[in-house]
Amino acid sequence: MHEMSICESLRSAIEDAGRAQNFSRVTRVRLAIGRFAGVDPEALRFGFDIVMQGSLAEGAELVMLEEAGTAWCFDCGETVGIADRLDPCPLCGGVRLTPNGGTEMRLKDLEVM
Amino acid sequence: MCVVCGCGTDAATISDAGAGQGADASAAHTHAHPHAHDHGHAHDHDDRHGHTHGDSHSHAHSHADAHAHAHGDHAHGDHAHTHADETHADAHSHDGPVPLRSHAPGLEARRMVEIEQGILAKNDALAAGNRARLAANGIFSLNLLAGPGAGKTTLLVETLKALAGRVPAAVIEGDQQTANDAERIRAVGVPAVQINTGKGCHLDAHMVGHALERLPLAAGGVLFIENVGNLVCPAAFDLGEDKRITLLSVTEGEDKPLKYPDIFEGADLVLLTKADLLPHLDVDLAALRRNVARINPRAALFVVSARTGAGLPEWLAWLEAARRERLEALAAAADKRAQALRAAAE
Repeated sequence: MHEMSICESLRSAIEDAGRAQNFSRVTRVRLAIGRFAGVDPEALRFGFDIVMQGSLAEGAELVMLEEAGTAWCFDCGETVGIADRLDPCPLCGGVRLTPNGGTEMRLKDLEVM
Repeated sequence: MCVVCGCGTDAATISDAGAGQGADASAAHTHAHPHAHDHGHAHDHDDRHGHTHGDSHSHAHSHADAHAHAHGDHAHGDHAHTHADETHADAHSHDGPVPLRSHAPGLEARRMVEIEQGILAKNDALAAGNRARLAANGIFSLNLLAGPGAGKTTLLVETLKALAGRVPAAVIEGDQQTANDAERIRAVGVPAVQINTGKGCHLDAHMVGHALERLPLAAGGVLFIENVGNLVCPAAFDLGEDKRITLLSVTEGEDKPLKYPDIFEGADLVLLTKADLLPHLDVDLAALRRNVARINPRAALFVVSARTGAGLPEWLAWLEAARRERLEALAAAADKRAQALRAAAE
């Protein structure tokens, strides 16, 4: 359940932005979540509503944009798109792949007032 | 709760390096700097912890140009202070406030604010600060990750006994509750700080930064950070360590690397522990090795038993080689800097 910590980081980033950019309410939060970022979107949504209570983003809509995952294949040396972490390489069938894209989660933008 | 950095929502506590449970982290440290600083940085840091400003300095200027960040003139002491400029994230929207519903009188104008910042940017920047601080002090650091009961502390105790008298060492212990692990470490004469995360499921760079303040360690020393027992969450949080070690006991089954890939993916070394139990188990060790290599083909792997000592010489040789490599790299960087300074003085 590190999704709660992630939500707390998010809250802190939103409050920093609020101070710097003079807004007092956030109505929508857009995140980009990589396929292999290691977070569960449903747990994140659950944590978001709880952690944002009492903050600028209380009641804000949470939009999560999923980013596709890619991985580097140790057998053929190519970067390939895969949907699941344990999928074999679509080019050579190798199973030793290390994610190299879609591993991040970013706060993209806020709709504020 | 630490009101400045917002730490300890779940009341994380950090003990002193000696015996005894420490006070709340919030009571024990004083941040002499306000986090919500505007640019200008005229603040003096009274403390010496490696503190990084990873927060998004989202500059609210309304036009292009006029970027006058006066970063050059702030008075820092010799603490590791990195500004992590790459995470500044240019949060300014150059168009300034855009009233999206300007045709609707009475409604407050809504606008979009672009942030484009990693959600864990703050942790990553604090980790960079820890790393810089450890590098400046010539310390080699390891983050030990495993599920609860994999034998992290037991292996650590045997490792510390083997290093005793040759290599200075210190330990940061992470658990939700109790100082039991730190006490086990102190019992073999090694300083240990216990972090209790309360409800937290992992250590983060901020907790480790505060623990470092309480843990004196000589140059050339090895810092072991034993993370909270958990095969999931600690993987996402960089602590500033040089190397990551994931432990898995052979009793946990051969498919754990496939079920919990994240914790194995970033490991430099995987230790399969409790090897003395192998004769009593049905576990397929070859399949377990294959599964580790599938998820992380780069990691070294040793099968060890803290009880019998099997595999410990290989692990200790890896540890000492990694430590030497780290210290040589730090020494080479220091030489290079010394040469540049001498050349500049000519």
